Amino acid sequence: MALLAQYVVGGLAVGSLYALVALGIVLLYRTSRVLNFAHGDLATFGTFLAFAMLTAARWPFSVSATLSLLLTAVLGAAFFFFIIRPAKESSLLGKIVITLGLALVLQGATTALWGTDTKIFPFPLSETKVYRLSGIVISQLSVGSFAVGLVLMAGLYGLVQHTRLGLAMRAVSQDTVAAQVLGIPVKRIFALTWGLASALGAASGILLAPVTLLDPYMMLDPFLKGFAAAVLGGIDSMPGAAVGGLVLGVVESVFAGYISVRFKTTLSFLIIIAVLVIRPEGLLGQEYKRRV
Amino acid sequence: MELRQRYEEDLYLVRGALGWTALLGVLAALALLPYLAPGYFLYTASLIAAHIVIAVGLNLLVGYTGQISLGHAGFVAIGAYTAGILAARLGVPWPAAILGAGAVAAGFGFLVGVPALRLTGPYLTIATLGFGIAVNQVLTNWERLSGGRAGLFLPKLAVAGVRLPDSQIYYLFAGLAAVLLWGAFNLVRSHIGRAFVAVRDSDIAAEVMGVNLTIYKTLAFAVSAFYGGIGGAMLAYLLGYLEPQLFTLFESIYYFSMIVVGGLGTIPGSILGAALLTILPQQLAGLKQYLPLVYGATIVAVMALEPLGVYGRWLKIKLWFKTWPF
Repeated sequence: MALLAQYVVGGLAVGSLYALVALGIVLLYRTSRVLNFAHGDLATFGTFLAFAMLTAARWPFSVSATLSLLLTAVLGAAFFFFIIRPAKESSLLGKIVITLGLALVLQGATTALWGTDTKIFPFPLSETKVYRLSGIVISQLSVGSFAVGLVLMAGLYGLVQHTRLGLAMRAVSQDTVAAQVLGIPVKRIFALTWGLASALGAASGILLAPVTLLDPYMMLDPFLKGFAAAVLGGIDSMPGAAVGGLVLGVVESVFAGYISVRFKTTLSFLIIIAVLVIRPEGLLGQEYKRRV
Repeated sequence: MELRQRYEEDLYLVRGALGWTALLGVLAALALLPYLAPGYFLYTASLIAAHIVIAVGLNLLVGYTGQISLGHAGFVAIGAYTAGILAARLGVPWPAAILGAGAVAAGFGFLVGVPALRLTGPYLTIATLGFGIAVNQVLTNWERLSGGRAGLFLPKLAVAGVRLPDSQIYYLFAGLAAVLLWGAFNLVRSHIGRAFVAVRDSDIAAEVMGVNLTIYKTLAFAVSAFYGGIGGAMLAYLLGYLEPQLFTLFESIYYFSMIVVGGLGTIPGSILGAALLTILPQQLAGLKQYLPLVYGATIVAVMALEPLGVYGRWLKIKLWFKTWPF
């Protein structure tokens, strides 16, 4: 029983990070209907920016992290303004292909700037310092990232549900043309959403970096898991993304503990395919209807 | 401008003296290649043939039927490993191994096509992406099947116990690609091809017009996977060994870039794209670390400036000259 609790706690810590990645994907998808395949690589790029500020410039962690989140947000907004919006091909397939291209560009840029070797990310919380709670071991790092994850999720929920900006985002996601007619600056909202989603990605990257170590491909696996979490919870539901991330983290951790560590990534994709076939709108998503 | 009066004229694959001259010229150039080109280029040419087969298959699915697949490396891997296991472990001769690879991949294509009936757009993209990664994971971890990271070694291509030289492998692969291309050209001008295009443009309208979505969507996946499987078997024989890292998400995106750069929904586009993206990395061998950057920038530039790809640009140039001076 203690073993199971241990797996669940470990799963929740990882799951909160999956949830953060998923939230970035969902936030962008529900506002602009763009499935951003560059999300993971944007996050990696942001994490490397923080790394450069921490090690090369020797700035304190809080300054580096904040600055890198801001820079990543600017980068995301710039993508929207200079590439996504002016692109001639604006079909769904076209946008997916463009973000795939962006993902490759960012990965290439990260590799060219910082190389492919693995680096250690200096982080104020330690993974080796552990707390014991009635037989369950939990590291300081897990507690920290879980807490930061929860705070960010709550903040995002407040932003989208309880501010004018959030209202504008919801209006744009419901009907772009009607929102525009009502005087909502749609382009600015899109750019802001891109920025916010990218910053969320960078935050998840910075929280993951001390565990996975830093290399240009570090976000590939978490990004795919985040995707799986988003699909599991419903790709246009923000609470769904959070729940999906936590559920996926726990299921994966329990599966890895009791059945097989090697097939745990395969499991998350089997989960996605199963969810998509049985309930394509996800656990908390709105049922998907199409007008002819 | 020529005036077409009969339906059959519209169906001709090769038109007029100019078309036949061009076709015969290309065939003659391909036949003479081993005598003119340096030896290492024959390997590249065989690789291009394999990539053309894969790209055409992917284009039948994405460009013609409108079903996005980001897991095509999965089908290619299934084909490659089927050929590898048949040839290396069971001693099956290569023609049967290549055909078997296509058949097994087509079976998996059908299986992936079944959930695809319920999924559209982004959902299908994620499901196929998941399929590609799941295949890679299974191959990496199920070592008794695939040989894992240690690799799986294939016997060389041989006829009656005599190993084929590079030039004969090139002829074999070019011939195989030509036959499959001929099949693809015929497929897209038949009622099946028209049904594919109808599904792409609006699946509801297609269904109302009597196109059975269940049959045509799964058929598109199966045909596409068949081409992918054959292409994978060709790659397997060409490389001589297999390991799971040859078929990752990056390869899926690589195949995808071929059809995007060449031109979505055109078979000549797939040929151009496959040839370009096979030669480009070899020319940039010294800049290997910048390769993702170059691919990515190319994809973004093509989508932003010329969504119809290289072949679309060529069609526009041709049209300009045909209608000159208007």
